Amino acid sequence: MQVHRVSRQYVIRKLLIMIPSLLGISVVLFSLLALAPGDPFDELATNPAVPPEVRAALRAKFGLDDPVWMRYWHWLIALLQGDWGFSFVSRMDVSTLIMQRLPVTLIVIGASQILAIAIAIPVGVLAATRPYSLFDQVANTFAFIGFSLPTFFTGLVLILVFSIQLDWLPFVYRADIAATGWAFYWEHIKQSIMPVTVLGLFQGAALVRFVRSSVLDVIRLDYVTTARSKGIGERKVITRHVVRTALIPVVTLVALQMPIVFSGAIVTEQIFRVPGIGSLLISSMLANDTPVVMGVTFVSACLVVIFNLIADILYGWLDPRIAFR
Amino acid sequence: MAEPLLDIRGLKTWFKTDDGMVRAVDGVDLHIDRGETLGVVGESGCGKTVTARSVLKLIDMPPGRFEAGQILWQGRDLIPLSMDEMDKIRAKEIAIIFQEPMTSLNPVYTVGDQIAEVIALHQKLSRKQAIAGAAEMLRLVDIPNPERRVHDYPHQFSGGMRQRVMIAMALSCQPKLLIADEPTTALDVTIQAQILELMQEMKERFGMAIMLITHAMGVVAETCQRVTVMYAGNVVEEASVEALFGDPRHPYTQGLIRSIPRVDRSAEKKQRLEAIAGTVPNLLDPPLGCRFAARCKFAMDVCTQGLPPLKEVGPGHYVRCVL
Ligand SMILES: Nc1ncnc2c1ncn2[C@@H]1O[C@H](COP(=O)(O)OP(=O)(O)OP(=O)(O)O)[C@@H](O)[C@H]1O
Ligand code: SF4
Ligand SMILES: [Mg+2]
Repeated sequence: MQVHRVSRQYVIRKLLIMIPSLLGISVVLFSLLALAPGDPFDELATNPAVPPEVRAALRAKFGLDDPVWMRYWHWLIALLQGDWGFSFVSRMDVSTLIMQRLPVTLIVIGASQILAIAIAIPVGVLAATRPYSLFDQVANTFAFIGFSLPTFFTGLVLILVFSIQLDWLPFVYRADIAATGWAFYWEHIKQSIMPVTVLGLFQGAALVRFVRSSVLDVIRLDYVTTARSKGIGERKVITRHVVRTALIPVVTLVALQMPIVFSGAIVTEQIFRVPGIGSLLISSMLANDTPVVMGVTFVSACLVVIFNLIADILYGWLDPRIAFR
Repeated sequence: MAEPLLDIRGLKTWFKTDDGMVRAVDGVDLHIDRGETLGVVGESGCGKTVTARSVLKLIDMPPGRFEAGQILWQGRDLIPLSMDEMDKIRAKEIAIIFQEPMTSLNPVYTVGDQIAEVIALHQKLSRKQAIAGAAEMLRLVDIPNPERRVHDYPHQFSGGMRQRVMIAMALSCQPKLLIADEPTTALDVTIQAQILELMQEMKERFGMAIMLITHAMGVVAETCQRVTVMYAGNVVEEASVEALFGDPRHPYTQGLIRSIPRVDRSAEKKQRLEAIAGTVPNLLDPPLGCRFAARCKFAMDVCTQGLPPLKEVGPGHYVRCVL
């Protein structure tokens, strides 16, 4: 069947709305970090080898004693020119640091979301088309368990079973894999399996219940009876007329859950030592490396906003009633 | 006499609910001949919709189930058929349209797609040909600019126009029977007349039979040849339109006819329009005997002792009443 075309205007409008939200987010993040105790020069301050004049000069150079709004302004101008700041702790550009870590996180999050969706849609749809059947009850029970267990717990259980007992999978994620070619990819896949599974199952469990209830809402609508009366077969009735509409709210839910996914990713990255932006965030927080903390949180915020935009566009694409308004 | 197109015999469609068994359709007999329009009337909750949906097996099972009876379609019982076999009859031989045009179409597909879906399936055409066929159907039901409108979504049509789309869809495979379940109840009065007129016109063109479910006795008088009156899951009277309006035998039918608002009555008489007092009995635990007894002014002891049989009181005129 033909799909509905989303108008370019709609996308442009949504893109324009992103700008003020990102500005707002950056102001809030910046102010919060400015208010937070501790600064990158704490260590220098307690180090007797550094003379006070040098410290003062450094502070002046990095503008640490300027008022918050001025520092924000400098940060924003630099950002617009592609300069994300400098990490005092790692002695590297923040952007370099983030770019080293971001791909791993995106792959883990992306793969786990795909896993979650790949599980949740068929299971949720099957459960809803056979309400209160054995399958439905088993699916519901598993979804409930999966949703109730925190990721650090399932993560540790997986490590215990698959790394320590069975020794099938590595339990520390390594960025510096020596192998080349296929072996290189295979090692990467092997070490991603557990983090992706932990995150994916957790997300999937929440999604299953949502997909199920969304399908149940749609399946009793009049137009589904109309579809059945056309003699197109139950399978087409479900896939074309029920699932297609039932997925519209699911798209929104997936997008709205992105912040939760990110925080879940932070925990998971800690458990499996995945060198992603989650672990970068934690280590830079512990080191009071404010520019990196700002950079990582802002990147995450951008990603969340971008996911929302994608969801909006998908929503408009899936539901013709939207873009015409 | 030739066998009827559709012959429903002793149909019982019950629903299992938490409170018990709802006997929504509890022994319905009705038949429709080729090319005729049968009116099915009765108050809300009498089981008209359940009867109509039973014919196409569009009842959710569970909670519903066929407790007894036969649905003979050209002599062949539909009740034992599998859903795959039903799919060969749906749309192609028996089509249905519903009361609510606003919710009967899928909001995420164009009306052209939804009509083409039926055409492509049952006539083995390509999508493009099917869309052209859909446009042709829209033209037939008098939707302006059909070539452009096929690409519009349901929300871009008014209620009356959507019902036209539903009719176009239902007729796209030229079924032998069109079941119209209160097709005009949700529409404005002026639109109602247009839709009924369109159905009449389509019937003349395609020669199909129509099962017209309605509350409105006036509509029945204008469009039907025969009428089946339902009450609380039973058929209480069946007759030709002339016999039913000229000589209504069942007290319930008499009540229904008296409650028709008539334009030719003078103003003060119009106010004395009689509604039948009381309500349809609970189908969870229907009363023994005549189900109308609680509301019938002629009720006697015999009425409540057992369900009166349908008896013939004239050629093709049947009544379920002891009188
Ligand atoms: N799925 C169901 N579960 C339980 N009861 C049902 C179900 N579907 C219908 N019924 C019951 O069957 C009875 C008959 O309903 P039906 O819809 O056939 O009435 P109707 O004559 O079409 O009324 P209306 O004029 O309001 O459309 C009602 O009492 C209704 O509550
Ligand atoms: S059987 Fe008795 S109660 Fe029923 S309609 Fe006839 S007279 Fe009235
Ligand atoms: Mg009804």
